[in-house]
This record gives sequence, C-alpha cells and structure tokens, in this order.
Amino acid sequence: MSDRQLTMSRAMVDAIAHEMREDEEVFVMGEDVADYEGIFDSTTGLREEFGYDRVMDTPISETAFIGAGVGAAQAGMRPIVELMFTDFFGVAMDQIYNNMAKNTYMSDGNVSVPMTLMTAVGGTYNDAAQHSQTLYGTFAHLPGMKVVVPSTAYDAKGLMHKAIRDDDPVVYMFHKRLMGLGWMPAPDGPKTAVPADDYTIPFGSADVKREGADVTVVTLGLHVHRALEAAEELAGDVDVEVIDLRTLVPLDTETVVESVRKTGNLVVVDEDYRSYGVTGEITARVAESALDDLSGVERVALPDVPIPYARPLENEVLPEAQDVIDAVRSLSP
Amino acid sequence: MYEWMVTARYYEERLQEEYMEGKEPAFDISAGPIPGELHLAAGHESSAAGVVSHLRAEDTVTAPHRPHHIAIAKGVDLKRMTAEIFGRETGLGSGKGGHMHLFDPDVNFACSGIIGQGVPPAVGAALAEKKRNTDNVAVAFLGEGAIDQGAFLESLNLAKVQELPVVFVIEDNDWAISMPKERVTDVADGSKRGAGHNIPHDRVPQDDAVQVFDAAREAVGRARDDNGPTVLEVQVHRRMGHFMGDAEAYRPEEDKAAAQMRDSIERMEDALENAGVAADDRDAIRADAEARVDEAISWAKDQPEPDPSAAYENEFVNPPAGVADTEPATDGGER
Ligand SMILES: Cc1ncc(C[n+]2csc(CCOP(=O)(O)OP(=O)(O)O)c2C)c(N)n1
Repeated sequence: MSDRQLTMSRAMVDAIAHEMREDEEVFVMGEDVADYEGIFDSTTGLREEFGYDRVMDTPISETAFIGAGVGAAQAGMRPIVELMFTDFFGVAMDQIYNNMAKNTYMSDGNVSVPMTLMTAVGGTYNDAAQHSQTLYGTFAHLPGMKVVVPSTAYDAKGLMHKAIRDDDPVVYMFHKRLMGLGWMPAPDGPKTAVPADDYTIPFGSADVKREGADVTVVTLGLHVHRALEAAEELAGDVDVEVIDLRTLVPLDTETVVESVRKTGNLVVVDEDYRSYGVTGEITARVAESALDDLSGVERVALPDVPIPYARPLENEVLPEAQDVIDAVRSLSP
Repeated sequence: MYEWMVTARYYEERLQEEYMEGKEPAFDISAGPIPGELHLAAGHESSAAGVVSHLRAEDTVTAPHRPHHIAIAKGVDLKRMTAEIFGRETGLGSGKGGHMHLFDPDVNFACSGIIGQGVPPAVGAALAEKKRNTDNVAVAFLGEGAIDQGAFLESLNLAKVQELPVVFVIEDNDWAISMPKERVTDVADGSKRGAGHNIPHDRVPQDDAVQVFDAAREAVGRARDDNGPTVLEVQVHRRMGHFMGDAEAYRPEEDKAAAQMRDSIERMEDALENAGVAADDRDAIRADAEARVDEAISWAKDQPEPDPSAAYENEFVNPPAGVADTEPATDGGER
C-alpha cells in the first residue's frame, strides 16, 4: 500500500475525480459545490479540473436538483448529488424515498437509478437541532437505497468508487468531524494511507477495527474513533472488539454475530436517535441469530430529543468515549 | 428606525468579537464562548427597520437563518436573545435553540435555519388572524436565495387563494453563500415571483430605510385592510462572509468593496440630517443603543449555563404517558 496519507475529504474527492476522468457520464451537482468547493471540502478542486458543466452549483432547490439527479440517472448518467446537510432532507424527501429509492422496484427492475447522494452528518460543534443530526436510521429504514458511512480515508475512497459504479442509488453519509477540515479538527484516526490507484470496498463488509475477546462494540462513522478510544482506555481490564459497520444497507450481520458468539457481550454505539434506529436493529439481528450466546446488551445513542445548542446540553446527549466505557463496564464482562 | 439600525449593527460587531474569542489564530468552529455557525446581518438593517416600523407586537414575524436585525426591530428581548446565543439558561430557549432558532412568543417572533421553511408558518399566522377577524398581519422574511424553494412558492399560492394578510419580504443581498444571484435566477427582480400568483409586488432597489418604510407602509396596510398578500423585495448588502469564518474566496474583490461602500446606516444618517435632526441627537441615539447592547452582552455572559439534565425537558408541553419529562430510563448505560 502507498504511504500517501490523505484526509477523508481528499480521499473522497480522489475517487470522484478518478471516476469523472474515466466516465463522461459522471457529474456532480449541489449547493456550493463548484466555487465554494463544498462546505465540507467534499468537492475541492473538481470545478477547476472539470468546469461548471460537470460540477454544477444549483439554486437552493433540493426537490428540483435531487429529483433531477434521479431523472439523469434514469437516463443513464451517473450523477453525484450533494445534500449539504442531511438535516435538509425534509425539503426533498419525496424525490429521495418515493423516486430515487422506489423506481427500480416499481418498474420491476426495468428502470435503474445509478445515483450517489452524498450528505454531511453529525454534531459535536454546537450547531443545534436543525444542523447536527445523523439520521442514519431514517435512510436505512426506507428500502431501496444503499447506505454508506465511511470512518477513514481509506474506506471513504473505496466506498466512493463503489458507490459511483453501483447501478443502484447510494446514500453516502460522511461525518463533518472526520473530514479533516481546518476549522473543525478531526480525531487522529480518519487520516490514513490511501493508494493512488482506484479500488473498491464491497458493500456489506463490516471491518473489525480492533480484535477483542470480552465485549463486541458495533458502531460506525465518528463513533468508530470514540469506540477505539474507549477500547484503548479499557485495555488490560476489558478486551474490547470494535466493529465498524461501514455500510448500513446492506448490513454485514454475519461479522457482528460471529463476534458476539465469541465475546458474548454487545454494545451498539450510534450518533443517531436511540429509538427505532441502528442500535435497535443490530441488537435485534444479534438476538435473532445468537440469543443463546448473548449475555449482555447495551445501547449508546442519542436519547430521543432534538440536539440542543448549548455546550453542556449537547455534551449531555451526544455519545462520547466515556459513555462507551460506561456501557462496556456496566456489562461487567 | 435609526435606533434599531445602529443597535443591530453594533450588536453584531460585538457578537463578532465575542465569537472570535478562542477561535484565533486557528479558526475552530467548536471553540470559544459562541460555537456553531453565526450568520451576521451587517448591511441588512434597512429592510428590518423599514418593514417592522409598521408592525406591532401582535403581528407575527418569521425570520430566516440571519435573524438578529429583524429580532431587534421586532422588540425581541435583547438580553434573553443574547443569552440564547451564548447558550445560557436564561436564554429565549434556555440554550436549546441557538442563534438560528430564536423564539419570542411575547412579540410573536420565530425563525428557522432551513431555507424557505420559515415562510409557511407566517402564512399560518396570517390564516389564524383572518379566521379570528383581527387586523393583525404576518411578515415572512427570506433571502433572495430562498425564493426558489417550493415552500415559498407554495406559500405564495396559498396566501393568494385565501387572500391572507401576509407580506413576504425578500432581502436581496446578491449572494446565497457562494452563489451570486444571477446564477440562481433569471429574474433580477425577485418580487416578480408574486406576479405569477397575481400578488401585488414591489422592489426597493437600494438599502434605503426610508424607501423601504414607504413601500412597506403600502404592503402592510394592504394586509391590515384585508386586501391580501404582497411580495416586497429590498436590495441589501452582505458586508461580510456568509457566516463567520467564511473567507469568501469565491467573491470578487470589487463586489466585497461595493458592499462595503453602500451603507444603509450612512444613508439613514443623511436622511436624518436632511430632515433637520441634529448630529447631537443622532449621537445620543447611538450612544444609548451601544450602552443597551453592552449591557445585554455582559448580562448574558454572566448568566449560568444550563444544567445538562435540562436537555430532556420540554420536548413535549404535555409529555405522553411513558415519556418522562426527565432523563430517559436506560438499561444501565447512564446517559
Ligand atoms: C433547505 C436548505 N438548503 C440549504 C441550506 C444551507 N444554506 C444556509 S444559508 C444558505 C444561503 C441562503 O441564501 P439567501 O436566502 O440569499 O440568504 P442570505 O444568506 O444571503 O441572507 C444556504 C444554501 C439550508 N439551511 N436549508
């Protein structure tokens, strides 16, 4: 592997630029993706290389441009459309879940929608209830779209190549705190070595980021790094295995179940709301397949409240490494 | 009007200083006493002053993500608004809302950080007033970048077919983050969105509070007299970046410079001078405004931060059975 270290945003852009060079039908559109180069650096340098025709700034009209992405994809192109913050999905959700996600099924496979919808998720910087959500559960709950959540630069690139080449709609959710932005410092983990050549990471293959014998911690996105921090802290005391799901749809149940068979203890960590979300889904799947092996379960997620603005309030509701540590300890493995 | 304008400008200058604390030399959005995004409205003052002059506390105003100048004109409690921006317990939303989500029901003021989405609630407020047969009105403020949102276009139609007492005020500062107006729309006069719905419309081509005042008198008067909605566009200027920390690499230097030159406050001072208001009187108004702002900021900074347990309060006014208005019961993992 190359020793070229990239931030997660650079790695994503690397993949997008490669696909645009290879295939004239790939283009990017969204708010502030051309001149601003993406609020979260998700399109840095693309307009300069490919021009306004292929990197299109759109008016603030999510219904129109996300729906247009669906139409262009159905016409055989491979649009990458950015929804600036996942929180804004509401203004365009019909295009997302009734068109983008359902047209293939409703046409019984006669129509395909090879579109990538990329969007920024997450809090940790006090941007309050309308700009800090994660919403993995919402997108993964609605059938018909694949849902991807990278946690490192290496994964970000491989998953982006895969997303663009995939013939189905893919929602690519990147955490702002992982991007390596100058104005929002990232933890150490996400910046990794990234090969210059293209490569894909298959959807539905979770990554065991750390092996351990006592407790399985299943998580994704920013919380992979928090869980690793917690595991490090607990090392010598409790031996924690950390699994990064990488994609929510498809979901790699097997890797999770296998791990729980080994450890007997499950902690699921998610920055999304607790109820009806990722933590419930993972727990249910493990219960379905490995109930006899399971001695303890904990869920660490946002309590079911909107994300508050003030720092002590946001800190209270967002899961931190300490919350993971407490959850692992409460299982007294 | 002058008082509101200088209050708003000075308020934001002070907020800017406070915001940058802890964020220099390396800008980290999550550092300092005011984290998160902060959108300042320097250069927008004329629209708020000219329009809100015709409103009373009973009238409803909804503002977008850039709300402070409008809130100040509407009479939102300055101290509690400031405490909210600093995330304090005594803030308008006890620290839960933040700068894009200010609610002051005492003066019927609300805002939303999602583009265009503050507009339908203003239509709803107007609907309520009409149903109750009052002569109260509603005003929705939005940016020129927001006029392409479905929520706005649908609101125009609903307001017109129901002949609701609402005024849509478009603040045209030429920019929507990095998108210049001419790349957003082919219609230079955004108020013409009203024409397609058979709604009277008008545009004030410069940030002149007196001209805005005159145009708004007609629009608000029309609403109060039960003659239906109006779309009013006001040319304002974005004197700074979209949000604090925006280096504006996309913005031509000439445009930045031009926005700095055309200043609504100086225009207002000229108007006052022409009307024979003595410089001393103006200075007194300004000094008064500055004192009020300084007081609000130092008061807010002295306020306590909310207790973390407050995060679970008031999700519902009337918590349903099983949803405690306290920390949720968790199985072990203390949150
Ligand atoms: C639905 C939605 N899309 C995008 C955004 C991100 N956003 C915030 S402000 C803004 C530009 C708004 O421009 P304009 O309406 O002209 O107001 P201005 O900021 O110039 O005052 C954008 C795109 C958002 N908050 N909501």
